[in-house]
Amino acid sequence: MSLDYTTPEFLIERNRDRCIDCKVCVNQCANEAHIYDEEEKRVVSDDIKCVNCHRCVALCPTRALTVRRYPLEYRQNAGWTAHDINSIYRQAASGGILLTGMGTDRNYPIFWDHLLLNASQVTNPSIDPLREPMELKTFLGRKPDSLKIENGRLAEKLPPQLELEVPVMFGAMSFGSVSLNVQKSLARAAAESGTFFNTGEGGLHRDLYRYGGSAIVQVASGRFGVYSEYLNAGAAVEIKIGQGAKPGIGGHLPGEKVGREVSLTRMIPEGSDAISPAPHHDIYSIEDLGQLIYSLKEATNYQKPVSVKIAAVHNVAAIASGIARAGADIITIDGLRGGTGATPLRTRDNVGIPIELALAAVDSRLREEGIRHRVSLVVAGSIRNSADIVKAVALGADAVYIGSAALISLGCHMCQKCYTGKCNWGIATQDPNLVKRLNPDIGAQRATNLLRAWSLEIKELLGGMGINALESLRGNRLMLRGVGLSEKELQILGVKAAGE
Amino acid sequence: MDKVFPRIPSGCAISGIMNKKGKRIPGTDIIKSIALMHDRSNGLGGGFAAYGIYPEFKDHYALHVFYDSLNDRVTAEDFINEHFNVDTSELIHTRKVKSITNPPLIWRYFVQPKKNRLLNSELTEDEYVVRCVMKINSSYKGAYIFSSGKNMGAFKGVGFPEDIGEFYRLEEYQGYIWTAHGRFPTNTPGWWGGAHPFTLLDWSIVHNGEISSYHANARFLEMFGYKCTLQTDTEAITYIFDYLMRKQGLPLELAIAVVAAPLWKEIDRMDTGRRELYRALRTAYSSLLINGPFSIILGTANGMVALNDRIKLRSLAAATKGDFLYVASEESAIREICPDPENIWIPRGGEPVIGMLEGVNSIL
Repeated sequence: MSLDYTTPEFLIERNRDRCIDCKVCVNQCANEAHIYDEEEKRVVSDDIKCVNCHRCVALCPTRALTVRRYPLEYRQNAGWTAHDINSIYRQAASGGILLTGMGTDRNYPIFWDHLLLNASQVTNPSIDPLREPMELKTFLGRKPDSLKIENGRLAEKLPPQLELEVPVMFGAMSFGSVSLNVQKSLARAAAESGTFFNTGEGGLHRDLYRYGGSAIVQVASGRFGVYSEYLNAGAAVEIKIGQGAKPGIGGHLPGEKVGREVSLTRMIPEGSDAISPAPHHDIYSIEDLGQLIYSLKEATNYQKPVSVKIAAVHNVAAIASGIARAGADIITIDGLRGGTGATPLRTRDNVGIPIELALAAVDSRLREEGIRHRVSLVVAGSIRNSADIVKAVALGADAVYIGSAALISLGCHMCQKCYTGKCNWGIATQDPNLVKRLNPDIGAQRATNLLRAWSLEIKELLGGMGINALESLRGNRLMLRGVGLSEKELQILGVKAAGE
Repeated sequence: MDKVFPRIPSGCAISGIMNKKGKRIPGTDIIKSIALMHDRSNGLGGGFAAYGIYPEFKDHYALHVFYDSLNDRVTAEDFINEHFNVDTSELIHTRKVKSITNPPLIWRYFVQPKKNRLLNSELTEDEYVVRCVMKINSSYKGAYIFSSGKNMGAFKGVGFPEDIGEFYRLEEYQGYIWTAHGRFPTNTPGWWGGAHPFTLLDWSIVHNGEISSYHANARFLEMFGYKCTLQTDTEAITYIFDYLMRKQGLPLELAIAVVAAPLWKEIDRMDTGRRELYRALRTAYSSLLINGPFSIILGTANGMVALNDRIKLRSLAAATKGDFLYVASEESAIREICPDPENIWIPRGGEPVIGMLEGVNSIL
């Protein structure tokens, strides 16, 4: 093989008693890890090409395949891990920035797993969601300081709101970074479930305009696909400032992914690179953000809430306060562990702060300033299950975005190779042969099922706490207790220690 | 006086009587009614609110204050004298009762805000008084104002409610509205200020339940200057009504539509105008929905309102006879003092029982 010193990450084990050389694995693997040897008349594998996406394992008709971690072990060294050494081999060979996909896989603390929920015992009754009404309806948007009521009628309409039947939305994933079938699946699931999907920064494909009522249309630094019809097609507009997986940097969709459909949707020439600058070049300060917010409100006739999405960085509380005062209706915060289709590895793994701390800090700060009700808070970045959502709401979130979890429901196996465009599950790819592997009818059903399952679980957890409407949990931090956290972490999270 | 203590879940008994013509009756009946529900409390807290008891001082704010010591009184009185013209300052007369031990010093002042201070503050008279009360309660150790309305007063302490009634000699007071509370906390409060009713200006609240939305409610209120120092549900509920009705100007039925909001599926069935209003209320004030079990009796100078949580997780009965309206945790507590009511019913969850004095058109 090559002399670039890299060694396989994964070992493909083929049970020869079971393998019938049917070539399913050969046809399924876009990475060409399985090859049919014409001379030997049998299928063989090349471990070094394997990304451990499980596509072949899942589809092998005789269950002949196993993929496991390659047992190659460097001499033990607490400082120099295999990851460090392999990274240097790769960079010494390429001279380039290391790229990766999905959220960070480093061992940063996950505060969700250090927070425990309360339940009612004796002094107040828990509520059985199978017998009693249980309400998850949530409105995102600016709430007025007071209502104007005349003669028993509402004299002034509320500012525009997004109405969610479940407090979970599908996070921004652009057409280009993911396939059209992914967007179709999520758009249908959002419409079916009474929630929203986010177009990401790649515009809205013409086939998806019919789901505009369930779409949050994004305006990012590249302005791809942004024009008046697009802004008005969505239920809300989101200005993307930053992303948890790559705070402080822009985006780059390589030209080979810009086929005809992506080109039409993004409004850029076919085959050209789509480069989103790191900052918006019309936003160099908070007052500039205010101008863009109001430009978008003007463009949409004040009919749509405007969200501003930022990455969770050190000073996130002050930034969020500024965003609220600049006129945003929704603030979206994407945490350290948030996912992406492509990001420089070092940025993903080292920049930003965990979403739990960012959320607690922002919610507390907005309350101290008496403006929490003026904006809705949406958090994103590694929401893995319904309990994470319940904890997020108790910390102060109105709703959450899910990205990775949504993709996993469609078949993603978290191999972190989204940036290669060779996604064997038809998700992070524009290759027509791969794209068609994801059937949007089935995808929509699976994503809908996930939201349904989670909303049932949220209702169970709420009922256990004696709460029958989600709004009574929002910011209700007494429903949380911390385990294994320092005094300072408890203070920032605003929760008591278990036993207190 | 340790004024900040952890939240104590408690069960309770509540009872209320009002005469809609404003005829005043002594405290004897309310004591009898709450005493019947003796087993619903455990001797760790009882109290009463009475309206119409100080007609000779009806334009003065009546401050009822607990002090730990003489020193605490002297310090707090400096503040009171600085901010108010004090007409009368006196010890509240009490009677020795065997089961009531270790009471604090209990004082009463009839006061009016100092005109120049009030003008300089640019506040309404009520808001001025509220701020002064909050200042004492949050910053003056050993002093706690537990009643601050006009022509009304709260009387409360650690003990069974009937003993607290005897202690305060309530048979000597005459009121047109009486509410009462017997408390069953699950550990010792040890502090008289923690008993119910909780009051703010003319508002008084007695409450049975443990609300599960407490911190969501309290953290919202704190944005608007309320200090939830007691960490009790009753305190939060009082502030919610104060915020919705006094500060936001909502009429009673709309305040109730916030705290015991109709279910969304009920709102969806309303006619267009009402639906739009109720959707706006639940959207704008969603943090003030009171969740979990409660039955409360809210008293004001103009009347009395009894209310259950929206899925009725606590008992509450109501009855009328002649000019009297009765509400209580148990029907028996009404029949004890009104054996043959003309109407007696069990209000539905979220459906208020409203009693208003004749001639007034708003509860505030």
